[in-house]
Amino acid sequence: MAEPAQQKVFAPWEDPSEKPIIRFEGVTKRFGDFTAVDKLDLKIYRGEFFALLGPSGCGKTTLMRMLAGFETPTEGHIILDGQDVAPIPPNKRPVNMMFQSYALFPHLTVWENIAFGLKREGMEKDKIEARVSEMLRLTRLEQFAKRKPHQISGGQRQRVALARSLAKAPKLLLLDEPLGALDKKLRQETQFELMDIQEKTGTTFVIVTHDQEEAMTVASRVAVMDHGKLVQVATPAGIYETPNSVYVADFIGDVNIIEGAATPNGDQVEIAWAEGLAPIVAKSSEPIAPGAKVHFAIRPEKIYVSREPDMERANRVQGKVIDIAYLGNISTYRVRLANGQMISASMTNARRLSRRDFTWEDEVWLNWTDTAGLVLTR
Amino acid sequence: MNLRRLFLIAVPYAWLGLFFLVPFLIVFKIALSDSALSIPPYTPTLDLSGGWTSIKEFFQGLDFENFVFLTEDSLYWKSYLGSLKIASISTVLTLAVGYPIAYAMAQSADEWRPTLMMLVILPFWTSFLIRVYSWVGIISNEGLLNQLLLGMGVIDTPLQIMNTPTAVYIGIVYTYLPFMILPIYSALEKMDGSLIEAGVDLGCSKLQAFWLVTLPLSRPGMIAGCFLVFIPALGEFVIPSLLGGSKTLMIGKVLWEEFFSNRDWPVASAVAVVLLLILVIPIVLFQKNQEKAEEAGR
Ligand SMILES: Nc1ncnc2c1ncn2[C@@H]1O[C@H](COP(=O)(O)OP(=O)(O)O)[C@@H](O)[C@H]1O
Ligand SMILES: [Mg+2]
Repeated sequence: MAEPAQQKVFAPWEDPSEKPIIRFEGVTKRFGDFTAVDKLDLKIYRGEFFALLGPSGCGKTTLMRMLAGFETPTEGHIILDGQDVAPIPPNKRPVNMMFQSYALFPHLTVWENIAFGLKREGMEKDKIEARVSEMLRLTRLEQFAKRKPHQISGGQRQRVALARSLAKAPKLLLLDEPLGALDKKLRQETQFELMDIQEKTGTTFVIVTHDQEEAMTVASRVAVMDHGKLVQVATPAGIYETPNSVYVADFIGDVNIIEGAATPNGDQVEIAWAEGLAPIVAKSSEPIAPGAKVHFAIRPEKIYVSREPDMERANRVQGKVIDIAYLGNISTYRVRLANGQMISASMTNARRLSRRDFTWEDEVWLNWTDTAGLVLTR
Repeated sequence: MNLRRLFLIAVPYAWLGLFFLVPFLIVFKIALSDSALSIPPYTPTLDLSGGWTSIKEFFQGLDFENFVFLTEDSLYWKSYLGSLKIASISTVLTLAVGYPIAYAMAQSADEWRPTLMMLVILPFWTSFLIRVYSWVGIISNEGLLNQLLLGMGVIDTPLQIMNTPTAVYIGIVYTYLPFMILPIYSALEKMDGSLIEAGVDLGCSKLQAFWLVTLPLSRPGMIAGCFLVFIPALGEFVIPSLLGGSKTLMIGKVLWEEFFSNRDWPVASAVAVVLLLILVIPIVLFQKNQEKAEEAGR
């Protein structure tokens, strides 16, 4: 009778029988002749914490406003729970939005702000009371119920906005840069709070952000956007470990990019990248045409720095330490190679500072295995 | 440092004292005097050369007779009431006309706003008297409006608008409309557009969002506009005398007649003092509203 002690991983996007709660089908949005969102296809699943990540102006807010109903797609369809949302006006959609500016009603108290949507539904008075109390408890705002928005702090306002948009128990909650106005420390705390609330309520969250760390922290999956297009949609680990393009690799975290010409060799690729230096050897999952121009991307922490070349690793290059950034737990070395290229490599600081191995101007070897980096063709 | 602050505080008080308190005291003193056939046309006048006894005589000559008189003749309280009624109704009418205009201005594209603002202020470039007078040419029995309607065959006999309260309402609404539009516009204009979207997002129709969000948020502007219309309209003299005819009772007109036709300065002054006392209430309320709006705006 024992249940199999199997931890089920939340990954509905890998299950072909799972129905997405939202489907974008060839959605395009133009403002005049400017294309803000370009032929976009996307599936988001129930219970996901989905992050839209991209630089300012890439169309994240526009995408979200189409979901909320404030913009209509120029082309394509948005399917919510199996239903095309095009004919549904924003006030009838089972979707709520937390605005970038919070958009709290300044003439209403915190309590009234949270109750606003419930009253519009015509909910009974005692039910409203109960629901608002629940929301106040969830967002730890009980003492502030009677205050007006201008009488509370930025972080508290953010929580009121969240409570207000969650009060109607929407199928889908849209959060447009919800933490953008908070300072760094408060922001990190709030990220965990958001994850906690998302888990407790089971609501599907779609969050917009231009902060990659934030997206990586909170999201079940991240969509990286650029100029109205989705460049990659994957889990945070997937985005970090296997970016599909230089754009994504560069956008998420630190990365070294080395350009070169590829020569396939079995399941490996040799990349000629500098005159007189050994080619980089890397494994590639996709076939690469001989002579193709490729980018080799490698994260600083995947590079091992040593005094002597490490023969166990397939790639070894020599360089000189130009700069050391000491970050407490790790140190990042900026190393200049013989051809002038700068490479960042980070090592954990297992030893005390005074006994550190390398210092400025030291000649060092950078070593990495053939699986440490990625060969990118775009 | 302290001296400088004292000076900064003293300047507005000195200004108020010189141009408000002193004139008020003079008017109040005249209101307590008796009418006389002399220059100036009242008695007593203060004669300091006579020393202490003449000052004593001067104060004995003052009394509240004129204020008592205001309560005895029904003309006065009827005029006060008439003014209150006309000022209230015109304020409501101005609000009804001004709000949609202010709203449309706030909704218009950014590049249009300065032009629209200009158009609202433009009438001030012509004399107020001329503008009110030109309404005579429009609404009189032989005026443009009646000729147009007669010509189109809508009416057979000219509409009697001139010399009725309607003409006064038209005049006041027309004249004070900018004072209503500007504060409402400024309240609407600084409103964050995403508030309406938030309202709609939470289930409001467009109309509900207007009623529940836009209207309450523009209330300080509306209240300010109403006071800015009501206060001057209450003492209005030019519009009722040019457009209202003899039947329209307004206290401003009575005041003018007491002063210039009857040359009864003491009664005229008493009328003015009472009018001022009536105005103090809305002015204080107006100040309260401004303070509240400022506090909420922070
Ligand atoms: N109503 C609009 N009219 C014209 N252009 C718009 C409008 N809304 C957004 N845009 C343009 O679309 C692009 C994407 O905007 P947005 O979705 O707000 O970007 P993001 O939220 O990613 O910063 C921007 O270049 C912006 O100028
Ligand atoms: Mg945005």
